[in-house]
Amino acid sequence: MKKVYVNEDWCLACHLCEYYCAAANSGAGSMIKAFAGGKKPIPRIKVEEGSGINFAVQCRHCDEPACVKGCITGALSVKDGVISCDESRCVGCYTCVMSCPYGCIVISEDSSVIQKCDLCLKNNNGEPACVKGCPNGAIVLEER
Amino acid sequence: MAINYYQPLYEVMRDRDRCIKCRACERQCANEVHSYDEECDVMISDSRQCVDCQRCVSICPTNALKIANNPNTFRQNSNWSQQIMTEVYKQAETGGVLLSAMGNPKEYPVYWDKILLNASQVTNPPIDPLREPMETKVFLGKKPKNVKFNKDGTINTDLPPTLELSTPIMFSAMSYGSISKNAHESLARAATELGIYYNTGEGGLHKDFYKYGPNTIVQVASGRFGVFRDYLEAGAAVEIKMGQGAKPGIGGHLPGAKILEDISKTRMIPMGTDAISPAPHHDIYSIEDLRQLVFSLKEATCYKKPVIVKIAAVHNVAAIASGIARSGADIIAIDGYRGGTGAAPTRIRDNVGIPIELALASVDQRLRDEGIRNEVSIVVAGSVRSSADVVKAIALGADAVYIGTAALLALGCHLCRSCQTGRCNWGIATQRPDLVKRLNPDIGYKRLVNLIHAWDHEIKEMMGGMGINSVEALRGNRLMLRGVGLTEKELEVLGIQHAGQ
Repeated sequence: MKKVYVNEDWCLACHLCEYYCAAANSGAGSMIKAFAGGKKPIPRIKVEEGSGINFAVQCRHCDEPACVKGCITGALSVKDGVISCDESRCVGCYTCVMSCPYGCIVISEDSSVIQKCDLCLKNNNGEPACVKGCPNGAIVLEER
Repeated sequence: MAINYYQPLYEVMRDRDRCIKCRACERQCANEVHSYDEECDVMISDSRQCVDCQRCVSICPTNALKIANNPNTFRQNSNWSQQIMTEVYKQAETGGVLLSAMGNPKEYPVYWDKILLNASQVTNPPIDPLREPMETKVFLGKKPKNVKFNKDGTINTDLPPTLELSTPIMFSAMSYGSISKNAHESLARAATELGIYYNTGEGGLHKDFYKYGPNTIVQVASGRFGVFRDYLEAGAAVEIKMGQGAKPGIGGHLPGAKILEDISKTRMIPMGTDAISPAPHHDIYSIEDLRQLVFSLKEATCYKKPVIVKIAAVHNVAAIASGIARSGADIIAIDGYRGGTGAAPTRIRDNVGIPIELALASVDQRLRDEGIRNEVSIVVAGSVRSSADVVKAIALGADAVYIGTAALLALGCHLCRSCQTGRCNWGIATQRPDLVKRLNPDIGYKRLVNLIHAWDHEIKEMMGGMGINSVEALRGNRLMLRGVGLTEKELEVLGIQHAGQ
């Protein structure tokens, strides 16, 4: 299965992936609209930086996902290798947030549910927004 | 300083309705133009630091940024322009020589733009390159006067070593040091994929790039940096750099701050020391001396590699080229006054040398008049900006062209002409690791390959229009050229007729 990978050699820590991710999943249709009026939609990808090494992290779509195992309502599920969250079933217990070894599950703006990368399958971006928006080809969607 | 005698050249304009304060501009600007004030939740720009490299504009996700000329003007004066006045203020402040980078930006005539190409109509058919064969392959080096054959048809002539190019374009000399390792890797990989050559410049060859040797021209310049047996053996040809179009008559100076570990190893000089290339080669004061170096290098490479001599286009270029042809060199590279550089004194860059078009025409004519044109190939450099310039250069007599600036543009350069600061936001003319990584060679080499493929297609289209199906048949074919708006003397030097004739 194709997954999103980051090559830290080329990650510039520009943080643009975070903004492209947040905008794509905001449903606003444009970057300007997504952030209009001081709104701060939360991205599902996060750039870790420091000591000269930078890399963006988002859901690894693990083969044996601790988040899915720990989910008390069955909101998290694996389909064709992609782990996604059914927000109508999520009760915001944050068990998955604590169990994810990569820290890739984030809490929604109103703290009611969790949010995570679903490879942009649920929005109309076509391909993962972080991959498309990376200015240096550091984030790739590929089979490994 | 309490008084700002001169004002910033540019004004950073931010459309606050579009800006989402993502701070990408701040993170990507090595000149520290942009900053974010958390207290006021506002992005601030310090235009004084801006060099107009367009990096922030290019990556802004909402197109909120524009860099415009600063509308502030000194009192209009056709003689004392704002730029000249600013330069006087700068020198009064620093007491130093003004430095600039990239090619001469002044409004001298561009002869490429005053030359028009021919096309076939009625009496001879044009050729469609998509349907009929079209040859852009060229060989650089000495061409034998005649060829003898054995009885079985095989050639019985010693053919001198040549360079085979799939298209008559090469990447010109840019040293590791003046440009980054990633820029070099992009050039090397592109040259290898394209079947052309890139040039190491005078900074030696990084150990990682020996594998691209068959598509590498190794340079021997006055500083002799990184020159040793393996280096000479690695390249497909050896180039002796006598001069550079951007700064004829002077040498080079790579500041010690840029001599980091890798560069120090490649250049074979201690870390942190200034790399100074003298103005002259201290062993070359005549054509006879040059001949000695040409043959030393041929001897060192077992006469298997062509030797190129690169000179800047200066006033007496035809006679100099004639001397070089007689020195035993296989290829002469001539660099015009628009040629680029990583750093040159502004006055030299803007005022020394001559246009490459005129230099090329007079060199080609002189070598033909003396019957030695076949002894050398001519490669021209110094602002070949498009495939049309390539076609015109070939019709004026060039065998191939070197492109430097156009190649850097393909890699992202926006000609802000601030290479000498070492803070290239595009990861090209810098050695700062955080900036170097901005140029991903996987992306860079593909863009170079695209550029040359595009030019190759266009060259074929233009040749086809003229009814010519090979670069060999176009070379020196000045009947295909006509001048517009040129004087009798200019037409005479170019060896072409005026449009309408």
